Amino acid sequence: MTTAELTKKDTFLATFSALQFNEDSYFKGLRNDAKNELNELDFPTSKTEYWKYTRLGKIVNNTYTLGQPEKIDVSNFLIPNLDAQVLVIVNGHVVADFTSVDGVTVTSLSAAKKQNIGGLKKYFNTLSQNKKEIFLAFNNAFHTDGIYIEVAKNKIVEKPFHIINITTGNNTISQSRNLVVANVGSQVKIIESFVNVGGEKNFNNHVSEFVVAENAVLEYNKIQDKKETNFSIATEQIYQEANSNFTINTATFNGALVRNNLTIEVDASNCETNLNGLYLGKNKDHIDNHTVVDHKKPHCNSNEVYKGILDDESTGVFNGKVFVRQDAQITNAFQQNNNILLTDNAAAYSKPELEIYADDVKCSHGSTTGQIDEEAIFYLQSRGISKKGALKLMINAFAKDALEKVSIEALHTYVDNKIEQELS
Amino acid sequence: MIKIKNLHANIDGKEILKGINLEVKAGEVHAIMGPNGSGKSTLSSVLAGREEFEVTEGSVEFDGKDLLDLAPEDRAREGLFLAFQYPVEIPGVSNINFLKTAINETRAYKGIEPISAKEFLAMVKDKSALVELDAKLANRSVNEGFSGGEKKRNEIFQMAMLNPKLSILDETDSGLDIDALRIVANGVNKLKSPNNATIVITHYQRLLDYIVPDFVHVLYNGKIVKSGGKELALELEEKGYDWIKNELKVESEK
Repeated sequence: MTTAELTKKDTFLATFSALQFNEDSYFKGLRNDAKNELNELDFPTSKTEYWKYTRLGKIVNNTYTLGQPEKIDVSNFLIPNLDAQVLVIVNGHVVADFTSVDGVTVTSLSAAKKQNIGGLKKYFNTLSQNKKEIFLAFNNAFHTDGIYIEVAKNKIVEKPFHIINITTGNNTISQSRNLVVANVGSQVKIIESFVNVGGEKNFNNHVSEFVVAENAVLEYNKIQDKKETNFSIATEQIYQEANSNFTINTATFNGALVRNNLTIEVDASNCETNLNGLYLGKNKDHIDNHTVVDHKKPHCNSNEVYKGILDDESTGVFNGKVFVRQDAQITNAFQQNNNILLTDNAAAYSKPELEIYADDVKCSHGSTTGQIDEEAIFYLQSRGISKKGALKLMINAFAKDALEKVSIEALHTYVDNKIEQELS
Repeated sequence: MIKIKNLHANIDGKEILKGINLEVKAGEVHAIMGPNGSGKSTLSSVLAGREEFEVTEGSVEFDGKDLLDLAPEDRAREGLFLAFQYPVEIPGVSNINFLKTAINETRAYKGIEPISAKEFLAMVKDKSALVELDAKLANRSVNEGFSGGEKKRNEIFQMAMLNPKLSILDETDSGLDIDALRIVANGVNKLKSPNNATIVITHYQRLLDYIVPDFVHVLYNGKIVKSGGKELALELEEKGYDWIKNELKVESEK
């Protein structure tokens, strides 16, 4: 008897089939839709334009076991001098109960589903419906748990939330899922650290959805700092309503393969959008940022700055797409990607794209890839600064504007120190 | 202060310096003049420690130390300063921050504690006035968007901040209008003391009206071919470099 060979997708499906979800039919229905979608999808190859520079062999050829909930000491992952409410996800599971504060609902996503809380059904899984993307579909079908934050109308949350999203173990797979709803006139800041405790080749396929309602302000700071040889794919879907302000700052320090799929839909007038990123690659790290800003309505501004510093044999990929739809007159959209290669073996692939259908807009994009200016290094040395000190000064200067929108002081200091640490 | 003996240097296998001998003592100002391509800038680059140049022969003793053995930053920390012919623009690195780093790294090298913020700011105020450098420029990125004159004044400002033993001014006068030239020269003159020394590298005699040298050397084809007092500069101005070339030719034909 011959058995038909299992495809890689089948192997993934078999791994997830052990998961049991105790949810009502509405949420089960969403999962089933995603499973049906998966029938039509397959893992991308390098022939798929959207994945051209990121080969997934490392991720898809591996066999995984499901990540399990664990109690983890998170003290190492706290940000010094930061007063924040800490929320912990371990291998896609939420292990503690949270206390909701006045005007803010904070709970695990699974608990939110059980209680059918507030805006959950209105928004959950709605922001990514037209996107046929296999990793998103896997998460839609088999996500375990994550954080649900909903900020009430006009509530200004002073204390930021710090989500610590941890993976552990060798060859484990986990799919965490967050939803953040900032209701009309509210303001909230969130930090999410993606880290790992030991283990190699663990893979986290994460999805976050953000709703920024009218006049709301939301800042999301994403720190990706997985050591060793771990894999991360993160998909963020953002929906912006009128007069809203959304900022995402992504700092990626490590990772054998990191892919960020960021899509921001600006579906109303007078919005501001900031999407900034800094990535520091070393060894054989592969860090890929794919971003989409979709301007659908007039009078909006978006600013995008991604900067990469690539050492050793690391690779950076940037693909930034800005759509300006026909209705989106008087759009100001700026995008830039700059890379510094510290060695001859580091590589950067950069593809900034603008698709403009409106005729009264101001848009620009730019991309540069180069080396540290040796002449500048010598100039600094000739004033008594060591070569290493000179390099540090120059790299800090280069990286600075990628993270200037980080408004949380303690986080800024943490990231600055981290950059310094990574470069030494 | 500095003793250069039979210095030979190559770039890409081509010999540029062919045996330079020069001694500069504390309190002295030396001018090195010469036509384009004679090796003036190479000499300053070799002394500052630029890596592209290979020293094939000779020695340089700086304040009792083997200068050629030191990394560029250590040469600076020991008190050597090069005012660049083409100061480099470094976007994003603030002039002030970088100078503070430079001063503190030099202090650490000498085992002195870092400069206090107050002391540093007072020094910035004092020294920027010396070269009439707008305080705003001091806070901007290093040389970014500076005019030619501002860049040169910034070089002298840095020199004033770092207080070197030996300053080498590499064509600091090039591209300067007469007012800027006067300001730069004034700055240099005010910094002059019996304990430090200056080497002025220039193509033109004009600068030497303002910074009066004790000695003038003519560099030609990688060697110092003539030395004299300040009147030599005037003679050169009058007769041009062809005079030297012809004189050398005559000698070699003898």
